[in-house]
Amino acid sequence: MTQAEIKLCSLLLQEHFGEIVEKIGVHLIRTGSQPLRVIAHDTGTSLDQVKKALCVLIQHNLVIYQVHKRGVVEYEAQCSRVLHMLRYPRYIYTAKTLYSDTGELIVEELLLNGKMTMSAVVKKVADRLTETMEDGKTMDYAEVSNTFVRLADTHFVQRCPFVPATENSDPGPPPPAPTLVINEKDMYLVPKLSLIGKGKRRRSSDEDATGEPKAKRPKHIADNKEPIPDDGIYWQANLDRFHQHFRDQGIVSAVANRMDQTSSEIVRTMLRMSEITTPSNAPFTQPLSSNEIFRSLPVGYNISKQVLDQYLTLLADDPLEFVGKSGDSGGGMYVINLHKALGSLATATLESVVQERFGSRCARIFRLVLQKKHLEQKQVEDFAMIPAKEAKDMLYKMLSENFISLQEIPKTPDHAPSRTFYLYTVNILSAARMLLHRCYKSIANLIERRQFETKENKRLLEKSQRVEAIIASMQATGAEEAQLQEIEEMITAPERQQLETLKRNVNKSINRM
Amino acid sequence: MAGNKGRGRAAYTFNIEAVGFSRGEKLPDVVLKPPPLFPDTDYKPVPLRTGEGEDYMLALKQELRETMKRMPYFMETPEEKQDIERYSKRYMKVYKEEWVPDWRRLPREMMPTKKCKKAGHKSKKAKVTGQGTSLTNPADVLKKIEELEKRGDGEKSDEENEEKEGSKEKSKEGDDDEEDDAAEQEEYDEEEQEEENDYINSYFEDGDDFGADSDDNMDEATY
Repeated sequence: MTQAEIKLCSLLLQEHFGEIVEKIGVHLIRTGSQPLRVIAHDTGTSLDQVKKALCVLIQHNLVIYQVHKRGVVEYEAQCSRVLHMLRYPRYIYTAKTLYSDTGELIVEELLLNGKMTMSAVVKKVADRLTETMEDGKTMDYAEVSNTFVRLADTHFVQRCPFVPATENSDPGPPPPAPTLVINEKDMYLVPKLSLIGKGKRRRSSDEDATGEPKAKRPKHIADNKEPIPDDGIYWQANLDRFHQHFRDQGIVSAVANRMDQTSSEIVRTMLRMSEITTPSNAPFTQPLSSNEIFRSLPVGYNISKQVLDQYLTLLADDPLEFVGKSGDSGGGMYVINLHKALGSLATATLESVVQERFGSRCARIFRLVLQKKHLEQKQVEDFAMIPAKEAKDMLYKMLSENFISLQEIPKTPDHAPSRTFYLYTVNILSAARMLLHRCYKSIANLIERRQFETKENKRLLEKSQRVEAIIASMQATGAEEAQLQEIEEMITAPERQQLETLKRNVNKSINRM
Repeated sequence: MAGNKGRGRAAYTFNIEAVGFSRGEKLPDVVLKPPPLFPDTDYKPVPLRTGEGEDYMLALKQELRETMKRMPYFMETPEEKQDIERYSKRYMKVYKEEWVPDWRRLPREMMPTKKCKKAGHKSKKAKVTGQGTSLTNPADVLKKIEELEKRGDGEKSDEENEEKEGSKEKSKEGDDDEEDDAAEQEEYDEEEQEEENDYINSYFEDGDDFGADSDDNMDEATY
């Protein structure tokens, strides 16, 4: 992992789990897999705290463990999974658009808690939904369960690997760590639970209690002593499926931008049909016949079979090659070239970045080199029709930022510079990686900036919070306009302006992430 | 190798035309310092994407940050002890739910070592009764003191001194062990009990013989 990514991971872990977990997590990311005692020794934290931190990390699927020979258990951190924490709001928003509030809350609970049993999720979500509903109405468990089942059927949530139930014929000592297994078929199998009940509204007295919760808490825990029917079956959010969904969204919007709405609908239909049948890293989807596509088009679209065929032919002939024709049976077999589509999307992003950073003439040179693969300096000037000096300047600027690279082709074995061809080329993969790395770096910078800004203005933020609370409570008790005015004036105008600027900056930094 | 030095004039090893400078032209200045930290850019960045989705995700992100801090997974660093304990601190503590992981899914070494005081007490009691000594040691002590009173003052004063020493030892041990873990506190308790046991048992056993001997043979030199 690069330094920038490690820095970003450390900031994310610190924000979400605190400093102790951050220390352990970053140490594991830096050093690879290590056993428990070595971690405690190297980080200088007590064994107790290391254990707690590792439990938290394992619960959230950020660390996995493996039993090596001689019974040593080693722990390994998944850096890419830590970076996915950045996308949590997007996952939750996607669930909201697909399955409305219930789905959104289910995914949110699963992401916040790492793994949960189905009954626990259903109960919590029902309680939360009941809070937001009007007085007297409650959310039924059955409705939440239905949404959960739908999420499982479309693979947005999946079962965690579980401890296999072994018969105790083995008299030896139990292994130091359980080996978790999961069968491909069982991953989305929902257990047959009969969850009957309704969401409970939290009593308002609980919210006021500050000094009293201790007394109320043991009672609350005692309620959950009944045996859980699906004990041991944990569910987690299937992040790969969300990524697949984002990829599909990207492809569909690209087609819509390039061609028209109807073709994008056709592509969306094709992608939806192959959602579950195609693995997420396949180069192209399963071939779909034109008849099947016609049958699966959304109900509102009544285009004739002929028109559909014309659209498909157009899509297949497009130079971007999103859709390819793989056969003629069934009215024509069509596939979506996923890898090619993603490559074109990445290239388009690179082009737009060059344009925004260096100007449209640079972008012209960039596109030229992309198209022609390898070009000499003289050829660049000729093809792009840009004067030599400017072309040279732009090329060197892009070269220094690593968007373009140089390929040496020696004429003689001694690689003499005067007798070597220097060709400009664009290596898309490495340029894309460089861009991604830059994005991570800027996110880390933004988080730091946001923390700095919040710390600087902490006093002001607290004051404004208190004033808001006072205003709210006074409005609740029906105060006069004059009194409210007076209280609002507690925050002076320049302070107010400062607050506004702060809010805007913080929002901007969050938004850019 | 003594190559052709161009008859005293510098010659480039590569074709200078290719780089773009004509012969004899003034080359640009050498750069002597790193580029500025925040250079001015000609092209300003594109404005941020706004929209219903983005606004919702922004609010969500802020909410998530707050919620995470209240979850039981957020491990807070233990604060340093302040000089004066503030009264208000008691009422500003945030109460978090306890979270217990599913131990069946984790390696066995993850479980905290079960050495809480209550368990220690029970095991200690079991141990103590197992050894055949009961918690009626004070009664034993008193009985044996009365027995020895009859034997003479010498033993009693010796015994008192030894008791004082024993208690000093115990208190010293107590001071040391207060800083140790509960595990060792349990051991300390056991040791204390054992100390008493050893002290009483061995002392009085020795004392019986010792006292009798020394009283009878006062004239002989003691080695």
